[in-house]
Amino acid sequence: MVSLAATFGRGAMTNHWVDFKNSDLFLVIGANPAENHPCGWKWAFHARDHRGARIIHVDPRFTRTSATADKWVAIRAGTDVAFFGGMIRHILENQLYHDEYVKLHTNASFVVSEGFSFQDGLFSGYDEAAREYDTSTWEYERMAAPAPGEGEDAAPSEGFAVRDLSLQHPRSVFQLLKQHYARYTPEVVEEVTGIPADEFVAIADEFGSTGVPEKVGNIVYAVGLTHHTQGSQMIRAAAIVQLLLGNMGRPGGGMNAERGHANIQGNTDNAQSWEILPGYLQIPRPGMETLDQYETPASLTQMDAGSINFFGSNYRKFMISLLKAWYGESAQAANEFHYSYIPKPDKNWSWMTFYAEALAGRLHGLFNSGMSSVNIGPDSNRVVQALSRLKWLVVMDPFPTASSEFWHGEGVDPASVDTEVFFLPTTHWIEKAGAFVNSGRWTQWKHAALPAEGDVKDDAYILSQLLLRLQALYQKEGGAFPDPILDLHWPYSNPNNPPLEEVSREINGRDLTTGAQLATFNDAKDDGTTAIGNWIYTGSWTEEGNMMDRRGTDDPTGLGFFHNWAWSWPANRRVLYNRASADADGRPWDATRPGIVWNGQTWKGDVPDFTPDSPPSEGKGAFIMTGEGVARIFAPGSLMMDGPIPEHYEPVESPVENVLSPTRRVPTTILYEGVAASFAEDDSEFPYVATTYRVTEHEHFVTQYVPYLVEAMPDFFIELPRELANEKGISDLDQVRVSSKRGHVQGVALVTKRMRPLRLGNKVVYQVGIPVHWHPTGGHGKGNTAQMVNLLTPYVGDGTTVTPEFKAFLVNVERA
Amino acid sequence: MTTTDLGLTIRRQSATPASGTNIRRDHSTPALEISKLVDIDLCIGCKACEVACKEWNDLQVEETHLFSGYQSHPDLTPHTWDLMRFNEVELAGGALAWLIRKDSCLHCEEPGCLLACPAPGAVIQYENGIVDFNQDACIGCQYCVSGCPFDIPRFDTVTKKVYKCTLCIDRVSTGLEPACVKACPTGAIRFGTKEDMLAYGNEKVEKLKARGFTEAMLYDPVGVGGLHMMYVVPRGEILEQYGLPVDPTVTAPTSFPSLIGALRKVGATASWAGLLAAAVYFLKTGKRYPPPEEEAVAAAYEKAPHG
Repeated sequence: MVSLAATFGRGAMTNHWVDFKNSDLFLVIGANPAENHPCGWKWAFHARDHRGARIIHVDPRFTRTSATADKWVAIRAGTDVAFFGGMIRHILENQLYHDEYVKLHTNASFVVSEGFSFQDGLFSGYDEAAREYDTSTWEYERMAAPAPGEGEDAAPSEGFAVRDLSLQHPRSVFQLLKQHYARYTPEVVEEVTGIPADEFVAIADEFGSTGVPEKVGNIVYAVGLTHHTQGSQMIRAAAIVQLLLGNMGRPGGGMNAERGHANIQGNTDNAQSWEILPGYLQIPRPGMETLDQYETPASLTQMDAGSINFFGSNYRKFMISLLKAWYGESAQAANEFHYSYIPKPDKNWSWMTFYAEALAGRLHGLFNSGMSSVNIGPDSNRVVQALSRLKWLVVMDPFPTASSEFWHGEGVDPASVDTEVFFLPTTHWIEKAGAFVNSGRWTQWKHAALPAEGDVKDDAYILSQLLLRLQALYQKEGGAFPDPILDLHWPYSNPNNPPLEEVSREINGRDLTTGAQLATFNDAKDDGTTAIGNWIYTGSWTEEGNMMDRRGTDDPTGLGFFHNWAWSWPANRRVLYNRASADADGRPWDATRPGIVWNGQTWKGDVPDFTPDSPPSEGKGAFIMTGEGVARIFAPGSLMMDGPIPEHYEPVESPVENVLSPTRRVPTTILYEGVAASFAEDDSEFPYVATTYRVTEHEHFVTQYVPYLVEAMPDFFIELPRELANEKGISDLDQVRVSSKRGHVQGVALVTKRMRPLRLGNKVVYQVGIPVHWHPTGGHGKGNTAQMVNLLTPYVGDGTTVTPEFKAFLVNVERA
Repeated sequence: MTTTDLGLTIRRQSATPASGTNIRRDHSTPALEISKLVDIDLCIGCKACEVACKEWNDLQVEETHLFSGYQSHPDLTPHTWDLMRFNEVELAGGALAWLIRKDSCLHCEEPGCLLACPAPGAVIQYENGIVDFNQDACIGCQYCVSGCPFDIPRFDTVTKKVYKCTLCIDRVSTGLEPACVKACPTGAIRFGTKEDMLAYGNEKVEKLKARGFTEAMLYDPVGVGGLHMMYVVPRGEILEQYGLPVDPTVTAPTSFPSLIGALRKVGATASWAGLLAAAVYFLKTGKRYPPPEEEAVAAAYEKAPHG
């Protein structure tokens, strides 16, 4: 999501499920939509049946997606940057790119500052000791102020980026891209990924064929790209392919991130991630003590005359409206709307940091709500040790989890665990109303399907009690700095258990003067007269009612926008960046699939992701969420912490050296205290590449309690290629033990043709596949600890986002 | 919709000459003939149909264990009427195919089970094409099992009755689609008039041929008079690899001693009327008694690991 925001401005799937019917070609990579997103995936089949689309699947395993695709090719887990890098090279070398689009809608023409360089796998500014980049050279060359007496009447341009629309400037993004990927030849791609060069070229040619206006290609991915130490760069690399081919902003195109759980998109939108506040406002850093010091991110300063820079110019309004929603009456201009109450974390506080802090004895308590630390890992043994060091752990879940039961789990002596564990049984989502946000940002209201069973409470009840009881304690006993707790605005009809309808109305926001629900975020104010819980959701619950509960099936364009079905953020737009579906004159690249069209007065079609009445002649940029007004092939400044252009590195655990540079691993991954020794340095002890995944019969860990689903997919298994099984004397259905440097699991061997050995140069590499669903409290009462795949996974995350590496690591396999 | 519209008039019943009741039948309009169609090209093998079938029909949970790839049960059982069968196949040229087929009753136009059944009214065919079992009339002789060219009905050793997919006649009779159809996330299982399903299937076969599946076919074999659950099969050249017989027919008569064996096995659970009917049926068709189905299932489980 960070990488999409760095490239386009927003961290979300750019198109939506129904829009898949408009695609000509699907490149599915790092995803298994037939198994994990079956309801959405039917639209890809629709495109195949109705417009002759084709589906290419690139994956370490032949899955149920491969079974229904037109072509499958096996790739080594964790090498997707090399794959896309090779595609970028192929597209540039063979002039397959959409030239007009690239000049108009991307920063290919922007000139990068002189200090920027790349050598031996490192970009300029690397500090080896800190494992960080000083990103100050990753900037555009800026225009100087006009000399006195010269051009004083012209529009101000000081500070804008220098551009060269011929794309010939040696430091233009376009030329840097060419230079950077010159190394990624088909032969190198083969040696890194294991995809034979001729097969790779065939795929690059086929997908490259969508770089013309009359064809649209779609890249579909999921956590197969995100769960890597270079996950965000894999996504960036794919996004660059889509920009070069002119596939962004167009119906049928896009970078389509399939989100996992039914509501994981709503989760990030509403800031269940340490570095953001609701609506992707950034969390303040130390030093940003006042609202004036709370900077709009550098990437949101206007850098081109054509940039609308919508986000940058409204940032303060959205922040103040959020503070008004949180602190109500007590938030006033005089006290900066209580901006000072917002935490200003001094370091990365992502998920793995919690456990590292707990292990170091610096974190005392933890809530698990809607997640289970032990199951999710990574390196579950380390997580168990971390939980053992807490003073208390609260688990809110409909079912006992490996976390609520960790203190008496296998290999754990309860006497040695001082942690006090509280298990609070909650209602399941089936038992309550609320909204789900799907991958395509469609926010759909659902109603309770069943009454709650047993002695359970809503999460909202539990969280409210926490607040109300803390408030009562502070009022009674006092304490240090109680203000952020006491001033919290809790305006619900039932403060003990706020109805989610009221919370949704609050998220939408209202005008505090009139009391009316806001219809659009354009009405947000920075003077404290509007309160908005999450600006991107403004419009979801207006004076007209709950827009998320709509079920209109009219589709006047026939393109599947369905504007009256539920509601999608932002502003009920269905295809993000849809201005890029048209050329400079506002004419659609493909008249049969227009996103929006300029009709002389206004933009028509989808809800325009653009100023609705800004004529093409004004020359405004299509990407309103970036300071450049265009999409970023080169991600300047600190948008990406591990490089402005994606570069291939090997996973932390890899059977081979990096063919592309002497820098083997992502240079900026955080190495938590004591973890380095838990990584296999080479493949001598742990020779096989393992990858983890989900199967269609189960949903993460929770369906292990559903008898019919346990019946449908009963046993924890390990998928092995036949050749490896033969070498190791393993027969189909044997019990096998899989071990990494961190732990081991045991399950049933499925020896299969669907896993294939890969040839990397002179070396043959085997990959094994292990699903995530099984765990000690599941399996219909028959689960055990040695079924938790995250006992194997390495405690390391992405170089920018710190998302854990679940998808590529080394193991050994033996008959148990 | 009225009952007549839904084709719920009985066309024929087992062991009952001139079996149609015709009481509610309005002969001025033709009976509605319905069909399911499984478009294997759209099937992702998710087993939603399998689970929906068990849920809707309230079939008991069975303990399963992996025994071959992703398939949940080795075979259909009295409690599992719908099963996704998986087969990993290496095609000529080395490409891989994972053949996945929903296996359940095909509701033949000439139902081998009905023709084989000696118990009056235990197997019923409706005008719309649905073939259903009436367990109240079933004598447990299992002739239907050997009579079925697709090996679908399963004998329950506890109830001594035979079970299979009903095509959700309880849903269909109220105007709803079968549970498997409703649960299918990709639209691979379709439901409608036989005519519409034939039209869809023929059109889809042409599309598959255009995509390079030169032997794609609509599976609706004449040997059983056609089906009320047809398949669109992309790789018609390896039909048997999907587990589909190339040329199914209603099976031919066999010998008298096997009938005696059958009668002995049926034993006390069968009514005398039923036994008489069985004998009459044998004299007419010579069907033999099959090995008890549960033995085959137990054998398959024995080979599977437990733990």
